[in-house]
Amino acid sequence: MHFMKIASAAILAGAFASTPLLAQESATLKKIKETGSITLGHRESSIPFSYYDDKQQVIGYSHELMLKAVEGIKEQLKLSKLDTKLMPVTSANRITLVQNGTIDIECGSTTNNLERQKQVGFSTTIFVIGTRLMAKKDSGIKDFADLAGKNVVTTAGTTSERLLRKMNEDKQMKMNVISAKDHGESFLTLETGRAIAFMMDDALLYGEMAKAKRASDWIVTGTAQSKEAYGCMLRKDDPEFKKVVDAALTKAMTSGEAEKIYSKWFMNPIPPKGLNLAMPLSDEMKAAFKNPNDKAFE
Amino acid sequence: MSYHWNWQVFLQPSATGEGSYLAWLGEGLQWTILLSLSAWVIALVTGSIIGILRTAPNRWLSGIATAYVEIFRNIPLLVQLFIWYFVLPELLPVELGNAFKQTHPLIQQFFAAMLCLGLFTSARVAEQVRSGINALPQGQTAAGLAMGLTLPQVYRYILLPVAYRIIVPPLTSEFLNIFKNSAVATTIGLIELSRQAQQLVDYTAQPYEAFIAVTLLYVLINATVMYLMRRLEMRVRVPGYIGGK
Repeated sequence: MHFMKIASAAILAGAFASTPLLAQESATLKKIKETGSITLGHRESSIPFSYYDDKQQVIGYSHELMLKAVEGIKEQLKLSKLDTKLMPVTSANRITLVQNGTIDIECGSTTNNLERQKQVGFSTTIFVIGTRLMAKKDSGIKDFADLAGKNVVTTAGTTSERLLRKMNEDKQMKMNVISAKDHGESFLTLETGRAIAFMMDDALLYGEMAKAKRASDWIVTGTAQSKEAYGCMLRKDDPEFKKVVDAALTKAMTSGEAEKIYSKWFMNPIPPKGLNLAMPLSDEMKAAFKNPNDKAFE
Repeated sequence: MSYHWNWQVFLQPSATGEGSYLAWLGEGLQWTILLSLSAWVIALVTGSIIGILRTAPNRWLSGIATAYVEIFRNIPLLVQLFIWYFVLPELLPVELGNAFKQTHPLIQQFFAAMLCLGLFTSARVAEQVRSGINALPQGQTAAGLAMGLTLPQVYRYILLPVAYRIIVPPLTSEFLNIFKNSAVATTIGLIELSRQAQQLVDYTAQPYEAFIAVTLLYVLINATVMYLMRRLEMRVRVPGYIGGK
């Protein structure tokens, strides 16, 4: 590891040398003002948060909230015109792209947790999920205890994967954990019978159901293993920028706008197949809308 | 850019309680090496047979071999992998397909990736074996046959020993490629080196350290392969061919 230390020191001294910014001067806002444009990070298949519809347009609940934040930024900077550039991100590269300035803000299905807070900043919470299971109705899987010795799929790079692997280790359940590349592939693994259950954020499980050949074959079941808060990801150490984004989101939440957006995506038919997720507002979500905050659950 | 460097991250115990993050890299490295070497064996054996058939004087045999090469060379590696892993089990008889899908996921992933990489590379190796054989003067085959050797004997004792020596450099490239291409196994969930790098990023949010470490490991593997193949090349040189004295 001695070599690693030297290498990191060399790199630090070189290309990546950075000076901490003065708090009162937001680098992001300054950049947006000077260039007249902002780059937004979005997901490609996080239904119904941020995904492509059949015309390759980015749509979704988180995406609409992000556009609200953009409006707030535009107002704050008194810009007559603000160009928005869209940039697709994955769970694997989203943090890096925020850090290195490729994107200015990412609202998708990104969990705000303490580990990530060391690297990036998060806006006020835009959604609260529980991590649960999806299985075939007739599979007999009711809860996590039924998974002992079975093949279970989850998506690589998610909190569910972490929890599942940890559970397997702690309780000696002898599960075979399959980590698929994205939610679509995880569901394919479940659908083709390679895995008996799929562990993921409940809202995303309902979202995958929206794509299934026969939605009625599947159920979302099991005790939630964790509660997680989704936030918009921003660069760390830019409190000014965060303040503007938070203000716009808080306004949407306390004015009832956010609730309208919620019901559009969770209580009504959505693309691609016009399925209604029928997920009423949970108590946690009601609380988040009532008193917007940026607290992580873990 | 504000980035918080932390090279000690590899020594931390992992969030899932399965050893340290360094151990994850080690595990990934094992799978990458195991996958690449077993695929290389398949590639070398199958590629040699197909390459030899392509130079055979029989129209049928060379036609079959040509079709094989064109199929495996012209379909993208990633598509082939998905066909092996996702499509094939669905095409098999239900019993057999289900039996495959019920085996341990790691075995399924490894098996599909090994076959896919091995056969994809075999088509490329076949082309090199063919060009190695074709690089030799026609007179050698004729002379061998005139001396009363059978065609298989001509291949075995005259053509192949020289052809293989000629193609060591391009084979080295393929050998390096197989290690780099093994990263596609990530997409079906095999926890090889590049997958572990992504896992590290997800778990520790230290992308630069993870990718730098993995890059160095790939370079290390391939530098070793290059060194060994250079040594082999020196050892088997023939005077009069490619740098032989």
